[in-house]
Amino acid sequence: MHMADALLSPAVGTTLWAGSVAVGGYASKKLGSRLDDRLIPLMGVLGAFIFASQMINFTIPGTGSSGHLGGGMILAILLGSHAAFLVMASVLIVQALFFADGGLLALGCNVWNLGFYPCFLVYPLIYKPWVGDGKNPGRILVASVVSVVAALQLGAFSVVLETLASGKSELPFNAFVLLMQPIHLAIGIVEGVVTAGVIAYVHGARPELIESMTASRPLGPRVSFRKIMITFGICVIVTGGFLSWFASTHPDGLEWSIEKVTGKGELPEAEEGIAAVLKGIQQKTAFLPDYNFRPPESEPKTKEVSSDWPGIDSGTSTAGIVGGVIVLAMVGFIGAGIRFFRRGGPAR
Amino acid sequence: MTFDERYFAVGRLDRLSYGRSLIHRLDPRVKVVATLLFLITVISFPPHEIVALLPFFLFPVLLLTLGGIPAGFILRKIVFVSPFALTIGIFNPVLDTRTVTVIAGLPISAGWLSFLSILLKFVLTTGAALLLVATTSFPGICHALRRLGFPPLFVSQLLFLYRYLFVLAEEAMRMTRARDMRTFGRRGLGVAVFVRLVGVLFLRTVDRAERIYGAMLSRGFRGDIPMLRKFRISFGDLAFLAAATILLGAFKFYPVTEGIGRLAQGVWP
Repeated sequence: MHMADALLSPAVGTTLWAGSVAVGGYASKKLGSRLDDRLIPLMGVLGAFIFASQMINFTIPGTGSSGHLGGGMILAILLGSHAAFLVMASVLIVQALFFADGGLLALGCNVWNLGFYPCFLVYPLIYKPWVGDGKNPGRILVASVVSVVAALQLGAFSVVLETLASGKSELPFNAFVLLMQPIHLAIGIVEGVVTAGVIAYVHGARPELIESMTASRPLGPRVSFRKIMITFGICVIVTGGFLSWFASTHPDGLEWSIEKVTGKGELPEAEEGIAAVLKGIQQKTAFLPDYNFRPPESEPKTKEVSSDWPGIDSGTSTAGIVGGVIVLAMVGFIGAGIRFFRRGGPAR
Repeated sequence: MTFDERYFAVGRLDRLSYGRSLIHRLDPRVKVVATLLFLITVISFPPHEIVALLPFFLFPVLLLTLGGIPAGFILRKIVFVSPFALTIGIFNPVLDTRTVTVIAGLPISAGWLSFLSILLKFVLTTGAALLLVATTSFPGICHALRRLGFPPLFVSQLLFLYRYLFVLAEEAMRMTRARDMRTFGRRGLGVAVFVRLVGVLFLRTVDRAERIYGAMLSRGFRGDIPMLRKFRISFGDLAFLAAATILLGAFKFYPVTEGIGRLAQGVWP
């Protein structure tokens, strides 16, 4: 359920980046102040462990399909909130770069969805109080399943919200939620059982290991939520403030320049926010005055208007198609040319 | 792609990143910043935009050719990760059937336009991430992150993750191979064996971390991994960044494709 760049808008992408960077900065500050260096290799190698364990598949009983271990929750249980969040962020960075899962702009969303929820919400609020001293395998099982399910549901729901807020997909909210939540419920139950199994196994084989890890790590359960929320709030205000400043100051300048370029002022009333700005910039910079292929979302969504479209922009859309073919041909030609010269011409 | 193939693809990407081309020699910071600019510009186009996205293919093509990266390999990786974006995007043509224009007698609906737009953006953004890592060594990227203000603790453990990714992946492959040889049909592939395998892998991992830590302590580790190679931003790096910014701005703010189309129509009426 990695969010993809192509479904994101810049505003949503940067806001979630800001949130994730804020939490990450907070976590590393918290860790840095009371860390013994021992934790650095351990964190890194456990990140690699998450990858490695994903290579081992198992068949899900009754279905025959195969599953693997997810990550966030087991890391939180073993390393505590702060370190687990950073490891999860690193795992997602490597996935974004080497596996192209999600994307670099969507990284903020993915770290938030798959890191923040299990490490900072579910682990301290559900798992930790429930399991207590961690001696009872039944409790570990129930708590793991509930925690993993809760974390995945939160994550999946965030994917829905982020996609809808970006406005690239036409999926209505209800259908999208119905698509995402049940799938992740099933995944969550399986993953929860597996997580509990691994924790129980490690506990059985080397009980002192988990205890020493729990003891050596800095204040796992007592996380100052207020501080995180304040940091996040500031980030949201800064990002939102910046964007709305962008949105509120530009239209005036824009109207002026639109008047200059096209002879007609005033943007349509209904538009607000970043979309209006971006579209306004497009309009402003239309160096062809009769450039009239507008993205359809700017038109009121009524039948009469849409029936008008073919008549309006058949001219520009042909220009678009012709231009598109030429641009692609040029790009291909440039590429072929560079390849040709790099190999030192046809002689070799 | 099976798991082994995926793993070897990561190794191949890693090997590509140690090339010595013009693109490889650029400062990692410059490449990271330029990639982020590229992503934001591509993503900022409205949901139905198609023609304005086409000029952006110039960037991946330049990186592929100047960097000497095999295009087929990158394309296969892009196709492999496409299912999520495709699944979400394919609903657009179903849900938004307003006709926008008629081309050669075929009515084109707004939904297909936005789906195509998602596809183009997907190829461009995924390609950008893969090309960044194919032309920049991962330690280089970590170094760039560090210089761009990420906490040293975070960057150090990211470097550890990368270094031991390959070691642990091979260990996991050996374990699965051993399991596969001892299983008949579906027996032994269930949860019980899986849990023990992962548990053992975890214990080995923790022991390994302990040994690594001991080895590094004896070599003077103090919680930070310094880099021997010093990066300095040169004139060429700045020129690259400036050129990329100007081109991105031009493609964003001027309808380049349409202009060319109109010119062509003017030449051949």
